[in-house]
Amino acid sequence: MTDATLTPPTGPTPAGDVVEAPPRPSLAARAWRSVARSAPIFAVLAVLLVWIAVENPNFTEPPGFLAFLKRAAPLAVLAAGQYFVIVTGEFDLSVGSLVTVTVVVAAQVLADNPDSTLPVIALVLLIGVAVGIVNGLITTRLQVPSFITTLGMLLILDGAVFYWTDGAPKGSLTEDFRTLGRGGVDDVPGLEQLPWSVVVFLAVGVGAVLLMRANLGKQFMAVGDNDRAAGLSGVPVARVRTIAFVLSGGLAAVAGILLGGFAGVSAQVGDGLEFQAITAVVLGGVVLGGGRGSVVAAIAGALTLEALFTLLNLLGVSGALEDTVEGVIIIAAVAFAAFRLRSDR
Amino acid sequence: MSDTVRDAPTGSPSSNGLEDPGARSGATRGRASAIVGRTRDAFAATPIWAALVGIVGIGWVVVTLDGGTFFASGNLTNILQRSVALGIVAVGQTVAILAGSLDLSVSYLISLASLVGAETMDGRESMLVPAILLTLAVGAAVGLANGLVVTKLRVNPFIATLGMALILRGYIENNYDRPTGSVPESWESFGYTRMGPIPVSIFLFAGVALIVGTTLRRTRFGYHVYAVGGDEQVSVLSGLRTHRVVIAAHVICSVCAALTGLFLASRLGSGTPRVGTDGGYDLESIAAVVLGGTALAGGRGRVAGTVGAVLVLAVLDNVFNQLELDPFLKQAVRGVVIIAAVAVYAQRRKGRQQVATGTAAA
Repeated sequence: MTDATLTPPTGPTPAGDVVEAPPRPSLAARAWRSVARSAPIFAVLAVLLVWIAVENPNFTEPPGFLAFLKRAAPLAVLAAGQYFVIVTGEFDLSVGSLVTVTVVVAAQVLADNPDSTLPVIALVLLIGVAVGIVNGLITTRLQVPSFITTLGMLLILDGAVFYWTDGAPKGSLTEDFRTLGRGGVDDVPGLEQLPWSVVVFLAVGVGAVLLMRANLGKQFMAVGDNDRAAGLSGVPVARVRTIAFVLSGGLAAVAGILLGGFAGVSAQVGDGLEFQAITAVVLGGVVLGGGRGSVVAAIAGALTLEALFTLLNLLGVSGALEDTVEGVIIIAAVAFAAFRLRSDR
Repeated sequence: MSDTVRDAPTGSPSSNGLEDPGARSGATRGRASAIVGRTRDAFAATPIWAALVGIVGIGWVVVTLDGGTFFASGNLTNILQRSVALGIVAVGQTVAILAGSLDLSVSYLISLASLVGAETMDGRESMLVPAILLTLAVGAAVGLANGLVVTKLRVNPFIATLGMALILRGYIENNYDRPTGSVPESWESFGYTRMGPIPVSIFLFAGVALIVGTTLRRTRFGYHVYAVGGDEQVSVLSGLRTHRVVIAAHVICSVCAALTGLFLASRLGSGTPRVGTDGGYDLESIAAVVLGGTALAGGRGRVAGTVGAVLVLAVLDNVFNQLELDPFLKQAVRGVVIIAAVAVYAQRRKGRQQVATGTAAA
């Protein structure tokens, strides 16, 4: 169904000769094909955006739309990270607690050293990467199912960070640190302000697309589709999966930096984000179990989820029922995807 | 409960053969000294019970050194009581996981069950039985919905039950914002009455574990659960109606969650909107099942292991409490224990597979 499953892993075949690549279709044709393949989520997203615009005309103005993107950026970044893990056939349930850790640790360290914004950003990114490495190594080397690995990591991170802060986050995030989450570049032609978080979001999106087109991306797909076959074809399965966890951990830290800037310090900042990220990825049509789906669709899934929240808000649906609607839509979307997957075959 | 425990180690070859190849190879090894072999098999089948003995021993030493008394009857009661709520829902979760599914909606269902039960009872003795039946019916309906979505709509169980969790959460938060209803005295006393050091409610847990455990290992339906969880396609090809099995597994799981909700209502005297989520029963019950040696992918494991794991978690909790360990540190340690235990299982399984392939080559 996807490029990676059709393209054999790169490198010489057993016979020693190089496989002749089929002629590459034009960029536009390929782009259209990938849109058509994962069309439902883009159609749903478009419908939701138009609906929001009807309810709230401000939304069509750049500032209104950028505000939406700014709100959606953390979840979109998380979804991109979760995508890498899911497409290799695993789960990462620790990202929500990692977001909390990022925010709480940053606030705690900044409280004592208010001038060290950059080192603190480096520190939390490092924590994210380290957590990803540990998740990856435990899952691949000790063969613990990633559901359990990352569930245990969730308990460890939540417990450890609140043990360290005696149960309540202290300190606050400095203005400099919060710039990434709520500041922006002023006086951009045509826009009032280009939020930094939108820049980060776009950078992550472009990076993720480029990565999925590179060798590593193909290896992610191959591992998720059939890890034994990938392993026999020479893909270092354990390393590839670990890298996916590292990307997820690192991007969770990025999301934490954005969210901390946007919303400030709270002990609940990351609550439930792991499930939202997984939901977003699955809404994008990425199949749990790996090997299918595009990262753009996963990010679109995150935007759709956020658009849904925005719309329900505009329509005056109470916060509580919002969950119910979300639940129904998730089930319906995945049921639809399962139905399509069957008729594809 | 004690019966399931005794039952597991001495399980007949037919019941062993289904999901535990290691036990069989152990039996051939044990021919020289059958008794040693069988004892070893017993622990090999549910090593969590060996761990339980070890942890009770260590806990006893540590608590005594700390100046407490581990075997005080109040403490024992405490451990058993803590096990009941998690135990019942974890036994249900075992069935769902064995069938190759899983249920993330149990904690909201527990809250809902406590609310529905307490509201219907409303302090009236006469409504006790109708309320219990109604609550269990609500549980069964939720399980049925979960099972139907997983099988007929082919939605991944993770997403299906997560969606159900959100649906229930929305319903609860929209309709309840404070403890509601009240349970009659008889039901409240059920949660608190003790016979010596033994809380009466432990018999509910024991009964559920015994019934579900026996059903899994002694009935046709139980074998079907193992078969479907082990390999659904092979089960289909063997003529099993796999959908019915998965749906039934979900119904059992949800009814167990509803029972936990009723039990918690009895402890708290009323229904509470956050009782299930505050307990974290969704992930905790899955952790307990896996800690008890049941494979997350399904088809392998037993209720006795889950019961042992629930007791291990309760003993750990209790020891940490007695040592006045910081609750957050406690949570972190719990995470380490869960990962470490599952890593040990994975290594054992890998070792066994290597032994198995080794013999095949020779």
